[in-house]
Amino acid sequence: MSDKLLSQNTDSASIVLCGQAGMGIQTVEYILTRILKLAGYNVFATKEYMSRIRGGTNSTQIRVSSSPVRAVVNRIDILIPLDKDAIQHVQKRVSPGMTILTETENTGEVSKWCGCTCIEIPFTKIAAGLGDKIYSNIVAVGVVAGLCGIDLQLMNSYIREYFSKKSDDIVHKNLEAAKAGHKLGCDLVNSGKVSFAIKPDAGIKDQVLLSGSEAVALGAIAGGCNFISAYPMSPSTSVLVFLAKHAKDFGIIAEQAEDEIAAMNMVIGAWYAGARAMVTTSGGGFALMTEGLSLAGMLEMPVVIHLGQRPGPATGLPTRTEQADLELALYAGHGEFPRIIFAPGKIEDAFYLTQKAFNLADKYQVPAFILTDQYFLDSYYNITSLDLSDIKIEKHFIKTQKDYKRYELTDDGISPRGIPGFGEGLVVVDSDEHDTEGHITEDLDLRTTMVNKRLKKTESIKSEVIPPELVGPDDYKTLIVCWGSTYNVVSEAVRNLSRGDISFLHFRQVYPLHSKTADYLKRADKTIIIESNATGQFSKLIKLYTGIEVDEKILKYNGLSFTVEEVMESLRNILD
Amino acid sequence: MDAEVFDIGNTDIAWCPGCGNFPILKILKHTLAELKIEPTNLVLVSGIGQAAKISHYFRTNVFNGLHGRALPAATAIKAANPTLTVIAESGDGDMYGEGGNHFVHTIRRNPDITNIVHNNMVYGLTKGQASPTSQVGFKTPVQVDGVFLEPFNPLAVAIALDAGFVARAFAGDAEQTGQILKKAVKHKSYALVDILQPCISFNRLNTYQWFEENCYYLEESHDPSDRNQAFKKATETRKLPLGIFYINSKKHSFEENIGALKQDKRPLYERELNIKQLSVLIEKFKSTN
Repeated sequence: MSDKLLSQNTDSASIVLCGQAGMGIQTVEYILTRILKLAGYNVFATKEYMSRIRGGTNSTQIRVSSSPVRAVVNRIDILIPLDKDAIQHVQKRVSPGMTILTETENTGEVSKWCGCTCIEIPFTKIAAGLGDKIYSNIVAVGVVAGLCGIDLQLMNSYIREYFSKKSDDIVHKNLEAAKAGHKLGCDLVNSGKVSFAIKPDAGIKDQVLLSGSEAVALGAIAGGCNFISAYPMSPSTSVLVFLAKHAKDFGIIAEQAEDEIAAMNMVIGAWYAGARAMVTTSGGGFALMTEGLSLAGMLEMPVVIHLGQRPGPATGLPTRTEQADLELALYAGHGEFPRIIFAPGKIEDAFYLTQKAFNLADKYQVPAFILTDQYFLDSYYNITSLDLSDIKIEKHFIKTQKDYKRYELTDDGISPRGIPGFGEGLVVVDSDEHDTEGHITEDLDLRTTMVNKRLKKTESIKSEVIPPELVGPDDYKTLIVCWGSTYNVVSEAVRNLSRGDISFLHFRQVYPLHSKTADYLKRADKTIIIESNATGQFSKLIKLYTGIEVDEKILKYNGLSFTVEEVMESLRNILD
Repeated sequence: MDAEVFDIGNTDIAWCPGCGNFPILKILKHTLAELKIEPTNLVLVSGIGQAAKISHYFRTNVFNGLHGRALPAATAIKAANPTLTVIAESGDGDMYGEGGNHFVHTIRRNPDITNIVHNNMVYGLTKGQASPTSQVGFKTPVQVDGVFLEPFNPLAVAIALDAGFVARAFAGDAEQTGQILKKAVKHKSYALVDILQPCISFNRLNTYQWFEENCYYLEESHDPSDRNQAFKKATETRKLPLGIFYINSKKHSFEENIGALKQDKRPLYERELNIKQLSVLIEKFKSTN
């Protein structure tokens, strides 16, 4: 049994808080990650939670490190259980090196978890001493801050600011709770019961700490988004909330629609009248939008769709994660029309891809998707910054002439898009098959012409597909393929395996598929795909467009993200 | 302004000869010309159905969207560019059936659009099934024993939701219908005009003659600001009152309530991203946010 909190040979620590919804775990996560970053540590945080407002068992992982950390791990170095069910909840992740900061009266006897170091911390007793048990989560903030050697003044000033809108009394009590915790944390280190050897780096302080959903929303603003309509649905709602919060600053109309059908039709109407508009939704909501998606295909109207995936079918696991709506996004909508699908892997991707989605949707007059998932949206870490120097809002609509025809036939299939009230022309769009003016037609030769015109745009779209990113040596023997949110988990797992013959290929644009895809696959002796779904949807897409069957599939679909260790173990099972 | 500016020229009109849609088309063109609304500044938003085809017989900007979905699109068009005059026009099946949820919530949202519903109490384009407003006992190839569902009462629903402007007109009376439409278009928030019209092909019950005999105009004493009285009139079904049932001009429209439109009157297409403001926002994620 080790009495060391953190193993000596690691430069990072994994801290897990676990308890019921309503116990303030999110507040702890929010405050701690920010304080840790301000103190110069790399941080990563992610959460898994039940679909309920109070009770149940939820957990949050915070990783603290001297080098960048960006993925969820199984390993727990410090566990802070807040109730009796907490330890049971993380049972599979208990290891001998783990330290449990426990308060027996709330968590029950935990010493039976042999191999772990158990340290009694009077979280609620301290809080009760301040007048209310509600402060116990802030005591926990203080304890972790103390353990990590965070300067008391830095912590205090952040706590003061965080609670600045509350009464003086509440600010004071939170400060006292944090200070008491901080002292306990420092004492644990000073007494040698734990050690903390992670070195801060002053440069981290000025980095940007962003969640996936914040990156999508900021990317939308950078894309010139000025209209969002959505119906709340986990895990996509945070994008709507963010844009609503900043609506006045950026002139955004943020409207909660009566249903997803209305949301999608509003967004199509908004683009028609010259707005740059998006929806944000999840699988079930998007299913309702598919009729509208097809309308966008027929009207050749740009739309930007943020689709935050969660496990289905139907209501599925509302607060969990999965990558099982790729085929939904790919094939949604009756009839045939082009589309673009992005799937960010890194926080930065979410920003730049969402930004780009607005320009490309406008340029090609097609739907552009940003496909994320709960794990991606609810995880955050520090990044250097977001570069705005190359950000351009490309507006592709024109001022119309008197004889304007909305669906004029052109070489590349793209008809200049007019908007009503701008110019002398009239803008006619129709969900029926239509002539070049936009009016209904049953001329069947014209029908063929119009289908060809719409599909022709795919060729231009293909000319600017974002290439997949190859990480690792060019002369790999094994090629791991992944897409979307698994980037960082796979990256850390492959790095940890430290084998010279493995590379991984990550797709942040999954459709259309990049033309070099087959070349990458052919160069490998063995190809392995990693996806958070049950049927290997991306591997099927690869097969369809390259004819190549990926050799091995690593699939997970229990509602939780892959962890670094899981990916390592699965890869070892295949490779050893 | 001459109503001919809205004429589309030679086109094959898909309505049956004698259809109630013809007079509505004519009345609307005249009304808009009288109001001096330029075709370039008007957007006609429609759904699917025989009535919804009206947008193809109108020389103006047209958004002919999906069945039942005209109202969300119209709402967004008006919000994206409040300088446009926006009319959402379709039939009873489209607006009250397929689009029923949007009908209810658009009234609540109260955008400054005019919602014209051609109400012939039957499905035309799909050949004669019951519509939400079909009368009890009306027999069709699907409702073989006659309709037994309570007919949808759009006026009562709209008044219950405190809609800005609620009226019923009859396609057979060009003069009165024109007057009602004029006031509806001028009204500064959501306006519903339910226009009764015969379907000569599929509704042998509610004919021109039936409407003449079963409709009457609201008395001059009717006060459209009196919501209770308006509601009472809307629930009369033995004889159908025509005219302006209810007006609430005190309510702010959707556009007037939106922060992004209150502070800046320009249409969205004229606006640019404030990139400095975005830098400032991103900076906040460096310190505390």
